[in-house]
Amino acid sequence: MLLGPSLMVSVILFSLGVAGVLFRRNAIVIFMCIELMLNAVNLTFVALAQQLGPEGHAIVFFVMAVAAAEAAVGLAIMIAIYRHKESVNVKEINLLRG
Amino acid sequence: MTQLEVVFWIFAATAIVSAFLCITRKSPVASALWLVVTLFSLAAIFVLLDAHFIAAIQVLVYAGAIMVLFLFVIMLLNLGRGGPSDMLGWAGRLVMLAIGLLMAVELWVLSRATPDEGLLMAGEPLQRLTEQHGAVGMISEPLYRTYLVPFELTGMLLLAAIVGALVLAKRRL
Repeated sequence: MLLGPSLMVSVILFSLGVAGVLFRRNAIVIFMCIELMLNAVNLTFVALAQQLGPEGHAIVFFVMAVAAAEAAVGLAIMIAIYRHKESVNVKEINLLRG
Repeated sequence: MTQLEVVFWIFAATAIVSAFLCITRKSPVASALWLVVTLFSLAAIFVLLDAHFIAAIQVLVYAGAIMVLFLFVIMLLNLGRGGPSDMLGWAGRLVMLAIGLLMAVELWVLSRATPDEGLLMAGEPLQRLTEQHGAVGMISEPLYRTYLVPFELTGMLLLAAIVGALVLAKRRL
């Protein structure tokens, strides 16, 4: 039975993703850390689906679709920001700070 | 430890180590490549958890399409050089480490909670379903019956993402 170990791995991956979002300043790396967190959640769904039936797999499917959409729009925003600032460092993206 | 568990832990260790390297490498290209290693290991873990179709689309969509998109943007913006580190200073790092550890402990406690007995009895064993319907047919059942409307909405979401990305990235419409 791999449920317990899978949830543990998922916890570790999610925490690594959170840590990455918190302590990197490169916006693209922050995006990659968000993908890492989404994958940790997917692992939870798949691990529980082994016992609870294939509905979890359908949810993982949706998560992947949303992640793809998010990556496309997010990276387009990165390109638009880079065009204005010549940088993707989130420290320099402070237009709304006033 | 069974053979299954040995294989599981090999891939789990690969996933965790490469995820750690992904968030600590200076160069975004190195980060992206380590993330690909993590995604591949996760696909292998999905196979061990009887999710063959999910493992296949994990490799195709995540490790293939999404990561290529990331690498493409990194190289388009010419961010491949390491340059000065973009990580926080030591004080910030310690605070973040504390927050991350706190989060890990909280989630660890949650992960040790056992689900209700009633919940565990709700579904049929996945292996029998796979034998009956095949790996893809098994997912199509909830996807096209229970979650039909969300499935169609996902199509709309992807369309909106395509249009939005084009509008954002284009210089002049």
